Amino acid sequence: MPAVVSAALPAAFEQVQIDYLAIAPMMVVVAGALVGVLVEAFAPRERRHGIQVGLTIGTLLVALAVLAVWSRDHLAVTLGGSMAIDGVALFLQGTLLGLSVIGVLVMAERFGGTGSDAFTPMGASTPGSAQETAATRAGYATSEVFPLTLFAVLGMMVFVAANDLITMFVGLEVLSLPLYVMTGLARRRRLLSQEAALKYFLLGAFSSAFFLFGAALLYGYAGSSDLGRIGTAITTNAGELDGLLLPGVVLTLVGLLFKVGAVPFHSWTPDAYQGAPTPVTGFMAACTKLAAFGAILRLTYVGVGSNRWDWQLGVVVVAILTMVVGAVLSVTQTDVKRLLAYSSVAHAGFILVGVLAFSKAAIGGVMFYLLAYGATTIAAFAIVTMVRQDGSEASHLSQWAGLGRNHPVVAGAFAFLLLAFAGIPLTSGFTAKFATFAPAVQSGTAGVVMVVVGVLASAVTAFVYVRLIVLMYFTEPTPGVVALTPSVPSTVAITLGVLITVVAGVFPTWVLQLAGNASSFLL
Amino acid sequence: MHSLITAEGVPAAADASGAASAAWLLVALPLLGAAILLLGGRRTNRFGPALATGMSWASFAFGVVVLVQLLGASAEERAHHLTLWSWIPAGSFDLDLGLLVDPLSVAFVMLITFVGSLIHVYSLGYMEHDPDKRRFFAYLNLFVAAMLLLVLSDSYLLLFVGWEGVGLASYLLIGFWNWNPAYATAANKAFIVNRVGDLGLSLAIMTMFISFGGVSYATVNEGVANAGQGTLVAIGLLLLVGACGKSAQFPLQSWLGDAMAGPTPVSALIHAATMVTAGVYLVVRSHVIYDAAPDAALAVALVGAVTLLFGAVVGCAKDDIKKALAASTMSQIGYMMLAAGLGPVGYAFAIFHLLTHGFFKAGMFLGAGSVMHGMNDQVNMRRFGGLSGAMKITWATFGLGYLAIIGLPPFSGFWSKDEIIHSAFTGEGWRPWVLGGAALVGAGITAFYMSRLFFMTFHGEKRWTEDVHPHESPKIMTIPMMVLAVGSAFLGLALGPTHAIEHWLEPVVGEHPEADAVIGTLPLMGITLLLVVGGIYLAWRSYWREDVPEVAPRASVLTRAARVDLYQDAVNEGLFMRPGTHLTRSLVFADARGVDGAAGGMAALVGGFSSRLRRLQTGYARSYALTMLTGVVAVLGALWVIQ
Repeated sequence: MPAVVSAALPAAFEQVQIDYLAIAPMMVVVAGALVGVLVEAFAPRERRHGIQVGLTIGTLLVALAVLAVWSRDHLAVTLGGSMAIDGVALFLQGTLLGLSVIGVLVMAERFGGTGSDAFTPMGASTPGSAQETAATRAGYATSEVFPLTLFAVLGMMVFVAANDLITMFVGLEVLSLPLYVMTGLARRRRLLSQEAALKYFLLGAFSSAFFLFGAALLYGYAGSSDLGRIGTAITTNAGELDGLLLPGVVLTLVGLLFKVGAVPFHSWTPDAYQGAPTPVTGFMAACTKLAAFGAILRLTYVGVGSNRWDWQLGVVVVAILTMVVGAVLSVTQTDVKRLLAYSSVAHAGFILVGVLAFSKAAIGGVMFYLLAYGATTIAAFAIVTMVRQDGSEASHLSQWAGLGRNHPVVAGAFAFLLLAFAGIPLTSGFTAKFATFAPAVQSGTAGVVMVVVGVLASAVTAFVYVRLIVLMYFTEPTPGVVALTPSVPSTVAITLGVLITVVAGVFPTWVLQLAGNASSFLL
Repeated sequence: MHSLITAEGVPAAADASGAASAAWLLVALPLLGAAILLLGGRRTNRFGPALATGMSWASFAFGVVVLVQLLGASAEERAHHLTLWSWIPAGSFDLDLGLLVDPLSVAFVMLITFVGSLIHVYSLGYMEHDPDKRRFFAYLNLFVAAMLLLVLSDSYLLLFVGWEGVGLASYLLIGFWNWNPAYATAANKAFIVNRVGDLGLSLAIMTMFISFGGVSYATVNEGVANAGQGTLVAIGLLLLVGACGKSAQFPLQSWLGDAMAGPTPVSALIHAATMVTAGVYLVVRSHVIYDAAPDAALAVALVGAVTLLFGAVVGCAKDDIKKALAASTMSQIGYMMLAAGLGPVGYAFAIFHLLTHGFFKAGMFLGAGSVMHGMNDQVNMRRFGGLSGAMKITWATFGLGYLAIIGLPPFSGFWSKDEIIHSAFTGEGWRPWVLGGAALVGAGITAFYMSRLFFMTFHGEKRWTEDVHPHESPKIMTIPMMVLAVGSAFLGLALGPTHAIEHWLEPVVGEHPEADAVIGTLPLMGITLLLVVGGIYLAWRSYWREDVPEVAPRASVLTRAARVDLYQDAVNEGLFMRPGTHLTRSLVFADARGVDGAAGGMAALVGGFSSRLRRLQTGYARSYALTMLTGVVAVLGALWVIQ
């Protein structure tokens, strides 16, 4: 221990080596977000929506291009060892940027209004107050969501590349705080939305505390917060301070499992998903999950993988519970958004099965799953925003009855996405499940048990999805429910989501290979 | 003999190069045509039929390019493999779809696209006044695409896709005039009988997947060597069931006669020249299986022998010109099946007869269509007669087809059918006598019923109804007929005496063995010709020299039986339909009580569990936090205890 302390206080200040091209995509996103804040302050109100949408999409696309052109050739552990820009980080960051583009396109939907349709005109006003009415009448709009989204994306990008626990925590908070705010900004049913935001915030803070406590214990154990050093410490440690290791691992993992919505840390998921503005729900479901799984992969594979026999069983139980509870609870849901929330819980369980296989193939499978699920889920939530009764979202299941009669295209696209969630062959859902379950089966008994539970849970969720399809196609339509015609951005978003779902199902080879080639960590 | 051929093996197909590497175009072109016409809707009414015809010809032209490429290569290098799509190339999960361009498939491509294109042209005239012309041409294109996929696929799975595709196109086209309930029923009948066959084929495919771990031809052919005799016979018989359904072979032949409800070009293309021969293709393509399972091969030969006699007998009694031709189709395919069941001595001749038959039968169907065109769509031959004067071109082209089918030298049918009869007389024991005898007798009956048909239609007294004024059809219909007539006349001469067809197919089905028949070649040919001439004479005596009554007279038991297809429908109804209905009812009952009950029970169980679990989701953040804390404590505690 004394040796570590002296190393922490070097005689002279040493400049940290930074590979700027490796981290350039994140710098682009920060710059875009900061410019977005300035736009909020200085651009005239009526033009903000257009500027913000253009700026956000542009920023994300430039970051994606920078990542694909330069960062790809600059794999490095940089920023003094706090960031590892390796294959996994780049694949996940690229996927994040792509999915965020789709998510932002959905957020930009105006349905003929002056600002984004999903967001309240003035977040600070009391729901139902005169102030709110005045803001609506004046045509205000919450265009702040776009810079907030960029900050959240930045946090996620840091999260998947973070190579030490402190950076990981910073990433976690940077991605969470904007999301708490965005959750509370729904235009309709604002009380529900604000309640959801508060719950999400409280429980998020609670889980962050777990993470931080765990990180402190791990630091105490290894003398460093660097994931690689923690890994080395576990293999070389002679047995002193061993009591700190297991609680440290479990508590940090709890913090991360909270973000993916694993049972029993999932309780916030249905409430937050239901209350949040639907485009935000889609963005959260896809991107937060992806980022959190990126962090879990790095923590478990790079950091604490070498003593996994001590803690793996706990996560196996969590994975099984997650699949079972997610699937079973989706059966009795009556709200489309809550149904998709529980489905996302079940999917988190499926992905955990892959994570626990601890092989290179599993990393590729998990990353493929995250990409496929993300694209499908954003498109699904985008369709939910379109189905309306009396101007507000018709999220109760009974309102979806007979949708296929009047809106065959919308219902058809939604039915297809549901089949992908269910994992029907020739959709990305099947390929993804195959790619994550196959390594799990090879990993041993626990893997086989989890896969059996996973397949049974899939059967239960398939029942739920098919019931919804039957409802859309074989029952009498509810009068007054219409599917609004989306504008170009959300049409593009839904088309992209459906296309990815098709292509990753029918021609999965290319994406699978890309994920497979990217599936190695730098230490 | 069989083992010798299996040992030769099938040369592995090389990756496609040159024109063959774009073989997917063959399928894609007509498919594109169908898609444009079906999706384009009324906008494509004006140019749709011409476009569909063009697509079919384009596919033919490309087929010729591929053929030329294959002709330029040596025999061993004529097989090209082309991977179209490979799904999750991981581990043992092999699901590649690809095309196989080899001499066998190219022979079919030529037949399908050439005859198909001619029939497209003919239809431009035949369907000219139909209000739904566009839909008709869309279905024709769809059919051509599906049929090409069937013959070009490199695995049983993709073959099955094409198989179902042609079934669908056939269903849509039989019921094309579905405002007539009888026609719609005919379409349903064809569909349902084909389901039986398709079930056999799908079971065969599943058995292959279980036994060989894959369903591509290459995998299956490799696996046959190590498979048990029982498995091989089972697969062979299941494939035969599939072939029987599609090729209208006994006992699944009942749908073909009714299928004549479709427009005549459809009967010519689908129910004479191409789709119904798919069963023969399936057997020849699966020759490795049949070579290794002689019992299954014998079953194929017997089914062929029975059907060829069955069809011939039925053909003698039909007064409806199209149904008589349908019976003859059934009988001729019986010949092909017989040949295919004979093993290596017969494969090449099965395909040879299939090709010549495609020409002369399509030609005769188009001729029948031309007759109907001139006779206000009548089909009753008892009200025809003496049409040779009014429709000279139809008479001449039909006549060439007629001479070809009865097997008079030097027309096409002689070369192909005579070889089948000759091959049927090879072998040992009772087999040459039974199979050869059937083939020989069949040839005589064929001569009789075809002459009957020809004489009743074109010769003898005019027995026309009063309002008809027979006239020759327009050029756009007669030119395809003339082209097909040329084929009927000379195709056999081109491929038969030169042994071109045996050599062409050698890389696929193995070397053609020389086998001696139990009767000498010349005597056998003599007997055959004698029977043929006898058949013609009998028909001439009753249907040309004598007057044909305008209403069918009461006749012998056999004739009456033949008129109702040898009681096939009654048998089906009594044996399958009624028990089937009862079985279905009881199954529905059992399903509702048992299966649905169990499924419903499961759902209720899960639902109940779900409702209980749902109560944990109280909506209070404090209880959520408590759940989390409990979870952490439980996980950590348990892990500590275990450690």
